[in-house]
Amino acid sequence: MNYHTLAEHIPSLRRYAIALLHDRNRADDLVQDTLERAMKKFSLFVTNSDLRAWLFTIMHNIFINQISRRREVMDTGDTAVQDPSAYNMAEELIVARDFIIALQQLTDEQRSIILLIGLEQLSYEETARVLKLPVGTVMSRLARARERLHALLNGEAGPQLRRVK
Amino acid sequence: MSKSPIIKDEELHAYVDGRLSPQRNAEVKAYLAANPEAAEKVRVYQQQNQMMHTLFDRVLHEPLPAKLENMLPAPVPRRSYRAVAMIALSLMTGGMSGYLLRGEVTHTIMVAEPFTGRAAVAHAVYAAEILHPVEVGAENEAHLVQWLSKRLGHQLRTPDFTSFGYQLVGGRLLPGDKGAAAQFMYQTGDGARLTLYVSVKDSGMEQTAFRVQEENGQQVLYWVDDNLGFALVGEKGRNQMLDMARVAYQAMSF
Repeated sequence: MNYHTLAEHIPSLRRYAIALLHDRNRADDLVQDTLERAMKKFSLFVTNSDLRAWLFTIMHNIFINQISRRREVMDTGDTAVQDPSAYNMAEELIVARDFIIALQQLTDEQRSIILLIGLEQLSYEETARVLKLPVGTVMSRLARARERLHALLNGEAGPQLRRVK
Repeated sequence: MSKSPIIKDEELHAYVDGRLSPQRNAEVKAYLAANPEAAEKVRVYQQQNQMMHTLFDRVLHEPLPAKLENMLPAPVPRRSYRAVAMIALSLMTGGMSGYLLRGEVTHTIMVAEPFTGRAAVAHAVYAAEILHPVEVGAENEAHLVQWLSKRLGHQLRTPDFTSFGYQLVGGRLLPGDKGAAAQFMYQTGDGARLTLYVSVKDSGMEQTAFRVQEENGQQVLYWVDDNLGFALVGEKGRNQMLDMARVAYQAMSF
């Protein structure tokens, strides 16, 4: 167990953070904070097996703290949707943009669940540990999050993703 | 409908996420075949997962920003770009003889080419489309080729992939980085689809030999010639994709 092992997980931590926050600078800050805390606690962590889930747990805790701090300051309640053109990926394709916007319109928790399971391929049990929720709750919220994302893409988002029946 | 086993909604999600036992997985699969409504849900969820991978997987292959890289005392392991460069070089010198790398490709080659990202997204979006996969169908092939050639300002051709079991479905015009891009779609008898994305070369694109990129099980084979960038996107094995890329390259070049 060494820092190499930790380093292996950085790309997927970044992928998750960028998808979660939709802001590369903030995402890299979040990864940096996560790594700092992880290295401080590293010796406490003995087994290699769920290092990944452990790192996502640290990241989630930092994310939640930041959110609550931000909420106190801004008190807007709603997650701001950033200008998707700031995201320099496939921006020409409206579909991709609609998807990113819809993803940002989910609640933070819905987005976390969808990303941890669908993108990072964490198991339901791992996701439950990361988010400190019962497994059954994770599963029911995953279902709701996916339905909501689908509804956003079909209704409130642009016409390109409206499915033709 | 015959009596079907009771499949809970949760299990549809677990199916999408690959979290069922092999036995239960088979049961759900059979259930889906008889229940279009449930199958549609599954398709929607699968598409969501696929879209996230298409959009975000490339982050995995980006170089880390310095502030992250500098955090760890040991260097972050990197892919061997040297090996990649060697392969590319051997391809260049192979030149027109048509030599291509085959089974020896062991590295997934990752190069940040925005046009391959657009090709992958366009594939994810339109290859999944049932009713309107293309704007102009293969029955108007001559018109399709003429139209897209005109819009891209370069003579295009449709490669013949019938020896691989793929027939031309048609094509469409797409937005590229600086101007127009084209997508040709092919399909096998059992519905597997493959797309060939063609984009006008811009200053950010460097001429390359064939390169392979993998995104979420999708192989993206791409190359850039004097004027155009090409990306072949499909789910087939890498070797077959390489063979098809060679056919496409020859069709487009000669």
